[in-house]
Amino acid sequence: MSDHSAVLDAHQDEHVAHQFANAKQQYESSNLGMWLFLMTEVMFFGGMFGAYVIYRTWYPEAFKIASTATNVPLGAMNTVVLIVSSLTMALAVQSAQLGKKKMLVWMIILTMFFGAWFLGVKAIEYSEKWHHHHVPGANFIWEGDGGREVQILYCLYFAMTGMHAVHMVVGLGIMTWLLLTAIKGHYTPKYYNPVEICGLYWHFVDIVWIFLFPMLYLI
Amino acid sequence: MSAYVETPDAASKVNYLTNGWTWQSWLLTGDHKRIAMLYLISITVFFALGGAFAAAIRLELMTPRGDLMEAETYNKVFTMHGVIMIFFFLIPSVPATLGNFLIPLMVGAKDLAFPKINLLSWYLYIIGGILGLYVAVSGGVDTGWTFYTPYSSTYSNSAVIATAMGAFVAGFSSILTGLNFIVTIHKMRAPGLTWGRLPLFVWAHYATSLIQLLGTPVVAITLVLMMLERGFRIGFFDPALGGDPVLFQHLFWFYSHPAVYIMILPGMGVISEIVTCYSKKSVFGYEFIAGSSLAIAILGFFVWGHHMFVAGQSTYAGMVFSLITFAVAVPSAVKVFNWAATMYKGSISWDTPMLYAMGFMGLFTIGGVTGVMLATMALDLHMHDTYFVVAHFHYVMVGGMVMAFMGGLHFWWSKMTGRSYPEMAGRVSAFLVFIGFNLTFFPQFIVGYLGMPRRYHAYPDEFQVYHVMSTAGAGVLGIGYLLPAIYFTYSLFAGKRVTDPNPVNAKGLEWTVPTPPPTENFIVPPVVTEEVYAYAEQEEKSLV
Repeated sequence: MSDHSAVLDAHQDEHVAHQFANAKQQYESSNLGMWLFLMTEVMFFGGMFGAYVIYRTWYPEAFKIASTATNVPLGAMNTVVLIVSSLTMALAVQSAQLGKKKMLVWMIILTMFFGAWFLGVKAIEYSEKWHHHHVPGANFIWEGDGGREVQILYCLYFAMTGMHAVHMVVGLGIMTWLLLTAIKGHYTPKYYNPVEICGLYWHFVDIVWIFLFPMLYLI
Repeated sequence: MSAYVETPDAASKVNYLTNGWTWQSWLLTGDHKRIAMLYLISITVFFALGGAFAAAIRLELMTPRGDLMEAETYNKVFTMHGVIMIFFFLIPSVPATLGNFLIPLMVGAKDLAFPKINLLSWYLYIIGGILGLYVAVSGGVDTGWTFYTPYSSTYSNSAVIATAMGAFVAGFSSILTGLNFIVTIHKMRAPGLTWGRLPLFVWAHYATSLIQLLGTPVVAITLVLMMLERGFRIGFFDPALGGDPVLFQHLFWFYSHPAVYIMILPGMGVISEIVTCYSKKSVFGYEFIAGSSLAIAILGFFVWGHHMFVAGQSTYAGMVFSLITFAVAVPSAVKVFNWAATMYKGSISWDTPMLYAMGFMGLFTIGGVTGVMLATMALDLHMHDTYFVVAHFHYVMVGGMVMAFMGGLHFWWSKMTGRSYPEMAGRVSAFLVFIGFNLTFFPQFIVGYLGMPRRYHAYPDEFQVYHVMSTAGAGVLGIGYLLPAIYFTYSLFAGKRVTDPNPVNAKGLEWTVPTPPPTENFIVPPVVTEEVYAYAEQEEKSLV
């Protein structure tokens, strides 16, 4: 890397970018950056959660009926799948810290596998909604009372789970990059920060689903 | 380091401007100073474009009848003016140019914490801007910059989705800039540079960045929901689909009110620097000015309902929003009084930046006080959606932020470019802007109070005299902005060279590095031992 800054820091680590004084500063900055980004994500999803709270308060009956039409077993399975993927992600971070390269690669692969599983199940659920005519705008038909109010819940359902799925897809992209760099052996017990930061993102997306599942399926 | 070019200093003579001449060395740079210059060029283009739309509005309003354009064209013109000026000029103006350039220098760092993300933010801004330009040439959009539903999501026959997409993408550019600033200010300060020694410019940007991080994502998701409703009839806001249009207004203003503080706080930071420098005195009440920035940022999140006094929100909610809005006036006034107290018994020199700063203080005060008037619920019923509101926010945004931006640009111009500008022309431009601005917008307070609603292209004859004054003023204002555009461009290529690290005799780490700064900013990492704004000691030394 930038050899001219050797004057500034004789022990410049090869992984420390030129703008940082030392590895500790880089580590702390990267972590803070990711936490701040997750804060913006909380606000991003917060807008939809706010809309959910308001419409649920207005139309409690319609929401109760509408959520019975969601596929609880599939949703529950997806919840378990995501929690397990969070476990494998945490194990990936630990393997990186301990320098177990083979374990790290396998844990990333497992995390990606569970992530893909989740998206597959989600696709099945969406097509089910299509067949039952529960997709608002495109083909919404509701037999029974309060179709207009019920439709709002399905709007929220598709917006919230859809936005979550977009985050999952982005997460899989990040994991692919992490996998390739891990295979090349980029990460050592002294430098595992990217694994940790990608892990933070993955856990966040997982937590969003932990809220979405009871809100849209159970209550 | 694949796509991103790192440019080491070959020799000490090389500065950030001369370090690499290829287009890649600019377009793929990680250097915060070069990115700031890229931003400066791009926002100037958008400012000129937004100004052209403003000129079209003023020309149409010269006569009471719609003889220059139809009502629909007029709607598109004022919408484009608002969208361009707010999303593509005011929000990035000071933070992305001066902030980008100066924050690493002021905190004693070699660059921002994430140079690649900084470059990404410029590209996102450009993508958003291109979407905006596409809308401008492909028929326009007529919803107003506020995109109120259900008009935007259901009835408008214009390019709503492309415009909202542009604002959405530009929003992420703003988020990333804020994120970069907060991490840099937290983690990369030089040894000895405690929070109590940070320049007020940095404090103001810290507060701004907090709003960018917490507010912008909310408008992003709001625009997404609006686009879903328009594109797929997945409805949240259209009553025909069971939604509530007022919910859109709540979500929209939750960001867009704090966003006006994104547009003014950095300007206040600039003024704090200029006033202390040209008064040659330590700033009065440092802690209070720093704290008032944070107070504005925090209080600013709880006042959005004052945009909705007549939108059917409950009177009690309105009272709370009204009270909190009054409260925002307190930290704003703290700043103005402290600047005045800083100048008291100072040795003031009337250079161009100081003239702009004085203009800011007067015009911002008028804008702020009329804001308190509008926050009064009973008065707002009369003045809501009139030219009084238009005049109010132009006093804050143009009289405030644009004045501060111009002042800051003159103040740091020599540091940024290594060239000087003609001082006399600068003073003339400051006067022209001040006179032109007041002539444009003061009559709008009167015509608004008399009942002229905003967003109309035709009006009763008795209002014409005010509109003619306003249009004449806009002409003067236009010349006032054109003049710096000419002499800055001239100065960039042929201005007198400046090599003095501190030509204005100011305090702060940015004045300790060579002019223009080298790519790595500091040849030796700085250690701060001095209190902030130690102008008093400087005076003593010069006496000895």
